[in-house]
Amino acid sequence: MTEENNTKTMTIIVTKGSLDWAYPPLILGTTAAAMGVDVTLFFTFYGLEILKKKLDLQITALGNAAMKMPLGGMHLTMPNIVNMIPGVDAGATAMMKNLIAKKGVASIEDLREAAIESDIKMIACQMTLDLFEYSKDDLIDGVEIGGAATYMEKALKSDINLFI
Amino acid sequence: MADKTLDAKGLNCPLPILRAKKMLKEVPTGGTLEVLATDPGSVADFGAFCRTTGNELVESTAADGVYRFIIKHVA
Repeated sequence: MTEENNTKTMTIIVTKGSLDWAYPPLILGTTAAAMGVDVTLFFTFYGLEILKKKLDLQITALGNAAMKMPLGGMHLTMPNIVNMIPGVDAGATAMMKNLIAKKGVASIEDLREAAIESDIKMIACQMTLDLFEYSKDDLIDGVEIGGAATYMEKALKSDINLFI
Repeated sequence: MADKTLDAKGLNCPLPILRAKKMLKEVPTGGTLEVLATDPGSVADFGAFCRTTGNELVESTAADGVYRFIIKHVA
């Protein structure tokens, strides 16, 4: 923390944009920053959702055999045929957000704010912006735009590189 | 008495650490921050946080489901 070249560095490639998968990179990134680590997050494909000005992250139980939501002392699993019914994802998302608030878990909005406050470098993938027809204006302020080479330059010099 | 107290009761990982780090900046070097938490994971996490950042975990105790940490601001 005191000398520039002693600072540990970490990069994370953020590829997923569902409500549950948005947590690991933001939790690790903000915690590492709090521990004096220089953090870079590279958002590509669905990970880009996390940088949108208006967050609308959803959860789906479809195809997720490990998803068991606590309910009245039991754990609820639902068959895929039920998960396919329109509205079930919205219900699962509401249920998850309710649990998150009840258990004192940070919201994605809070963690993203903490990431910005702790000077985490956030890079949005140019190719993904083109592919899904988004512009920099769709993203929050302070995001840089870059490609694979921009990421690699950081990754080659980093102590930890993760792909989530 | 600690210079500052952070009430992190009811908060879950990583919020107690994030808030503690933020508040530690307001504590003068050599001063102490008291953290109160209910997250059982915070016991291991505050130890790791202090060992990594060079701050000193002066005290780590638990009573009535509340964990109390005293952190000396070193680095």
